Amino acid sequence: MADASIGLWTVPLAVLGGAIRVSTPFLFVSLGECITERSGRINLGLEGTLVMGAMSAYGISYLSGSPWLGVFAAGITGALLGALHAGICSLPRVNDVAVGIALMLFGTGLAFYLGKPLIEPTAPRLPAIDFGWWSDIPQVRAALRVNVLFLIGVALAPILYWAFRTTRWGLLIRTAGESADAARAMGHSVLLIRLRATMAGGFLAGIGGSFLSLFYPGSWNEGLSSGQGITAVALVIFARWDPLLCLWASLAFGGAAALGPALQSVGVTSGYHLFNAAPYILTLAIMIITCSPKRTLTGAPAELSITR
Amino acid sequence: MDFGRISRRHLLQGGAALTIGAAAGVRPALAAETTIGFIYVGSRDDYGYNQAHAQGAAALKKIPGLKVVEEEKVPETDAVEKTIESMINLDGATLLFPTSFGYYNPHMVKMASKYPKLRFEHCGGLWTDKDPKNAGSYFGYIDEAQYVSGVVAGLTSKSSKLGFVAAKPIPQVLRNINAFTLGAKSVNPKATTQVIFTGDWSMPVKEAEATNSLIDQGVDVLTCHVDGPKTMVENAVRRGAMVCGYHTNQSALAPKAYLTGAEWNWEALYPKFVKMITAGEEIPNFYRGGLKEEIVKISPYGEAVSAEARKAADEAKAKFLSADGFAVFKGGLVDNKGKTVIAAGTDRGQKDPELEKMDYLVEGVIGATS
Repeated sequence: MADASIGLWTVPLAVLGGAIRVSTPFLFVSLGECITERSGRINLGLEGTLVMGAMSAYGISYLSGSPWLGVFAAGITGALLGALHAGICSLPRVNDVAVGIALMLFGTGLAFYLGKPLIEPTAPRLPAIDFGWWSDIPQVRAALRVNVLFLIGVALAPILYWAFRTTRWGLLIRTAGESADAARAMGHSVLLIRLRATMAGGFLAGIGGSFLSLFYPGSWNEGLSSGQGITAVALVIFARWDPLLCLWASLAFGGAAALGPALQSVGVTSGYHLFNAAPYILTLAIMIITCSPKRTLTGAPAELSITR
Repeated sequence: MDFGRISRRHLLQGGAALTIGAAAGVRPALAAETTIGFIYVGSRDDYGYNQAHAQGAAALKKIPGLKVVEEEKVPETDAVEKTIESMINLDGATLLFPTSFGYYNPHMVKMASKYPKLRFEHCGGLWTDKDPKNAGSYFGYIDEAQYVSGVVAGLTSKSSKLGFVAAKPIPQVLRNINAFTLGAKSVNPKATTQVIFTGDWSMPVKEAEATNSLIDQGVDVLTCHVDGPKTMVENAVRRGAMVCGYHTNQSALAPKAYLTGAEWNWEALYPKFVKMITAGEEIPNFYRGGLKEEIVKISPYGEAVSAEARKAADEAKAKFLSADGFAVFKGGLVDNKGKTVIAAGTDRGQKDPELEKMDYLVEGVIGATS
């Protein structure tokens, strides 16, 4: 790669590459949280689920030699944590936000404790699909090395969008989220619907975690998530509980995460802390522009404890 | 990112780790003669800074008659005072090693005044005459090892473009970046080092992005100064670049691409300290040293290092080991904005306190401190 510099083109390329590489955990966690919140419950514990998913995926991949088994284990771990959240929340007068915070601490703490022996070993990683075969430029090829999980996540967003609108399950979840009384009147158990929705959300968040440890950055350590789970939960509100908007928001956050390092690499060195903060400034700006004291957020499920 | 919330969470995790540690039986054995306490700011298996200290602690465990107690993830707040108190009062520790920079003042200084008969050894602090006599600070000039890494990197790189993934622009980090660059330029005048700051000590996603961006710019040898170099090493190797390690030996992660690395050598220093105490000698309160004093070391060269690079690196190392030593930062030094930072004729030796205030990047570094 002797004459491999591509100058300023690095920045858009890095933002594109970052959008593909960094966005996947955001995408999975926010789609999962979207399902949970549409059923009328908030699970803030997904940060813990993400970290537990990352740890268990790495551990299982290391022990079994199969990264896909690791992804599956991460999903199961996430679903179990989701079941724990839903189980506790189904008790009378339990606040789902408080339980979520407790599970966030529990998940990260447990993952750090169990993950101690996994920091040094190298586990088999998930393979990448080379979409850059048409290009001779190594930078383009590197940016377009895409993992299957990213493609699954991208496909999942329109599927969920469609499912919420037209399938029986989608309608049931929305009914539980908009009016628990209506769901009960129809003879459905709201608690059961929410249990399933929270488990599904946990399953997806766990898989998001497996992407962190098995693909990018691609190893287990305790700083791995550094708040991405919480950011993704906030993304759902940012995306107005719409799976398609979750996809765009995740891509934007992924691309923004690459902006700071990429600008430094081409020589824009001042204010890198500001560039690192870019996605959060964007969130704040959109929140301020779209909020109104006269009505609740458009698209918010009516049963959510934050909007009620 | 909401750093306030994260640090509070880490605090709680630290508390949880403490409880688990206590339950798992990190309790005093009364039969032991001397108990030594080690306190780490992060996880002791981080494959980096804290692990290097833990390896030093492990070397002490092998010495008969010594008992080592450890606690990890202790934040740089008054939490460390509580840890020190419990190590003294519950475990009977008489020698303490709080190993993180922020523990020193006021926390460790306060504890040293409270327990004047016990010995406190801090890593990285600046001991002055005003501090208690039973407190000491030690540190290694790891920039000497970075200089040697730079020599190897400068002769191995095909593009003469080197990369440095750094956490924050503080003096210790800048010193490493500059020494690495000067080492590379001493053998390859065309060499440049591009630096990217991630903003914090452990940001795996940012470190991976920085690594990829550097390689996109044509960099083909990378090193770093973050808490855990594993992310940088693995991501660089995936892109086909070479790496120099930091803190500990990471060659197991990339046997083919690992050139060499700047490592701490606490497993040599800590037993030395214990020997000095048992012999009744005083450990100097301000203890510093580099390659010659065996406080830092260089990873064995990897298979990708040419015979020419090995020879040049060995020569550089020999200069550091010679009786007169070797000053990395010598007069006539210009920073990357064209300003002369060390006037011609002045040599700043390793112990020069001016170097501990470094706030510039030397000529040949691409990047800025702010």
